[in-house]
Amino acid sequence: MTKAITMPKWGLSMKEGLVGDWLVAEGAEVAAGTEVVLVETEKIAGGVEAAEAGTLRRAVAATGDTLPVGALLGVLAGADTPDAEVDAFVTEFQANFVPEETDAEEGGDQTETIQVGEFSVNYLRQGSGARTAVLLHGFGGDLNNWLFNQAALAEHRTVIALDLPGHGLTTKKVANGNLLCMVHVLQNLMERLDVAQADWVGHSMGGAIAMQLALTRPDLVRSLTLLASAGLGPEINADYLQGFAASRNRRELRPHVRQLFADPSLVTRQLVADLLKYKRLDGVQECLEALAYQLSDAAGQADAVRPVLDSGAIPTLVIWGADDRIIPASHARALPNQDNVHILDNTGHMVQMERAPDVNRLITAFWTTQA
Amino acid sequence: MAQQTIRQAINQAFHQEMERDSTVILMGEDIIGGTGSPGEEEAWGGAMGIYKGLYREYGDRLLDTPLSEAAFVGAAIGAATCGMRPVAELMFIDFLGVCFDQIFNQAAKFRYMFGGKAQTPVVIRTMYGAGLSAAAQHSQTLTSVFTHVPGIKVVCPSNPYDAKGLMIEAIRDNDPVIYCEHKKIYDTIGDVPGEMYRIPFGEAEIRRDGDDVTIATYGMMVHRALEAADNLAADGIECEVVDLRTLSPLDTDTVLESVENTGHLVVVDEAPPRCSVAADVAAQVARDGFRDLKAPVGMVTAPHTPVPFSPELEKHFVPSADKIAACVRDTLDD
Repeated sequence: MTKAITMPKWGLSMKEGLVGDWLVAEGAEVAAGTEVVLVETEKIAGGVEAAEAGTLRRAVAATGDTLPVGALLGVLAGADTPDAEVDAFVTEFQANFVPEETDAEEGGDQTETIQVGEFSVNYLRQGSGARTAVLLHGFGGDLNNWLFNQAALAEHRTVIALDLPGHGLTTKKVANGNLLCMVHVLQNLMERLDVAQADWVGHSMGGAIAMQLALTRPDLVRSLTLLASAGLGPEINADYLQGFAASRNRRELRPHVRQLFADPSLVTRQLVADLLKYKRLDGVQECLEALAYQLSDAAGQADAVRPVLDSGAIPTLVIWGADDRIIPASHARALPNQDNVHILDNTGHMVQMERAPDVNRLITAFWTTQA
Repeated sequence: MAQQTIRQAINQAFHQEMERDSTVILMGEDIIGGTGSPGEEEAWGGAMGIYKGLYREYGDRLLDTPLSEAAFVGAAIGAATCGMRPVAELMFIDFLGVCFDQIFNQAAKFRYMFGGKAQTPVVIRTMYGAGLSAAAQHSQTLTSVFTHVPGIKVVCPSNPYDAKGLMIEAIRDNDPVIYCEHKKIYDTIGDVPGEMYRIPFGEAEIRRDGDDVTIATYGMMVHRALEAADNLAADGIECEVVDLRTLSPLDTDTVLESVENTGHLVVVDEAPPRCSVAADVAAQVARDGFRDLKAPVGMVTAPHTPVPFSPELEKHFVPSADKIAACVRDTLDD
């Protein structure tokens, strides 16, 4: 077994990445899923994980190198694989490597838009499994929140990540911002996309929307994965919601966004700039204010949607960051059934970004038990 | 997200704002194709092709004006005080002289002199800068003539995203706005959202992070500064490039915060050195950021001369990436 570790593609616009520090020394053994090297793009920084267990035999890319997507970062092999074989692997890889033509017009994954009533909904479909999963981002997010997750999950399902109403490239309308408005659009979207049932994965507000959908249309829901979800308990950081909605420039916005991560250094200037670009689109301000108003009533929302979990009829996975400063992890700890509850240490609200390998593994394992 | 040029981004802003608000009208010389020349309509879409497709859609909301800046800029300002939102094109910023009374004695003063009871939501688009061998009367960078006058706002985008967002903000703003476009960067390409959005005035943007030297500039010079920063990075010198975006109001806070970190400032301006935006920024940082500075402020500008017609001389007149890089090195050696 000799395997290449390559420059990942995080998001549609990524063409190259900057190699950061190696987290594992040459010659060290790694388990599958171990983060071996850091990579930074214009928008995001993250760890590249080992796809399978083995020994890191070569760290080919040097810290500071800027390399195209797919380029060789390192080589994973058995401890007893001869050096000559590893070197031959590197030579052959480098000889045959052609950077992918990342022409946005052809090839590669493209977002699509579909008209659902008065909404133009933007979504990205990956994978080709018989079963479908749908990823719902949180308040102020968009489908890029699943940058580190969608491709991994798409190995097991057809995975649709969408921009919810009022977000991303979808129409900037949310009516009064309650969950039923969102559910109404999702129901129609599933019909338009001809999806009869799906595994729903919701982060934060997206989790509450998925729960509301399970109440309104249980037939559409095969399972629920709730990440740092709204709708499970009476507390939410209303200062965050209102502060995020009200911030007019990067100085005001940055401190709020930093609350989303256990490691605030993940909040790059580009991340804040991209959020500002979104907030400045016509109509977004009104959407965020309406949603913040509804989400602030966490107790009322929990009363409305949490009962969907009571019967235990819908298989449910719950994942939370222990250091979540937006919605406390105590909401997960208070659930009567703790079998499928996972609370991750040193992790904030953006659990699917901060702990992508763990979250991907937990969701995949959970889905496998459903099969 | 779609890629657009600055030309297309401004055109899209016009399309969307004209559809949204029926009081938005466009005025200028040859913006349709020339008064009394049927059949030639929109042949160019204006001198720089900005207006393509608008006449067919909005007809007489585009006014082809006589060759008299004093008359049509004055008419635009008057229409603005009466409830319209006109965008008038001063084809070259150099023609400012013939209509300056309308701008600095009328438009800039109405709100103040009528005790806040009048507003003048007019936009004056204008093209500035050297590089096309258009000679001394069609190549100036007169931005600081406007920033000197209280009561008008001055905008100068460097890229398509800003061009659209700042144009929409300019049209919706209730005060006179001078919107300056460098004639060499109309074909600069970048991501532009299809939706409408606004960029607030008075907010600079950091185009490149760096810890060694701050370079503050605007418009086309942002591109030259980034080129210089790329070259310097090869030698391990990291420049932070601040794009001022709007010159009035001016976001000195962002420059000061950057200088707090780098301790060095280079200001770059295509205008001559005296009383320029560069001189203004340098003076403000010298006053409010003096204790953060480890060396004198470096300044890269055009010389204090008319813009030469000769392409070879013009090339030397406009600040180059090499000159900016040399100034950065001097500042660090000081």
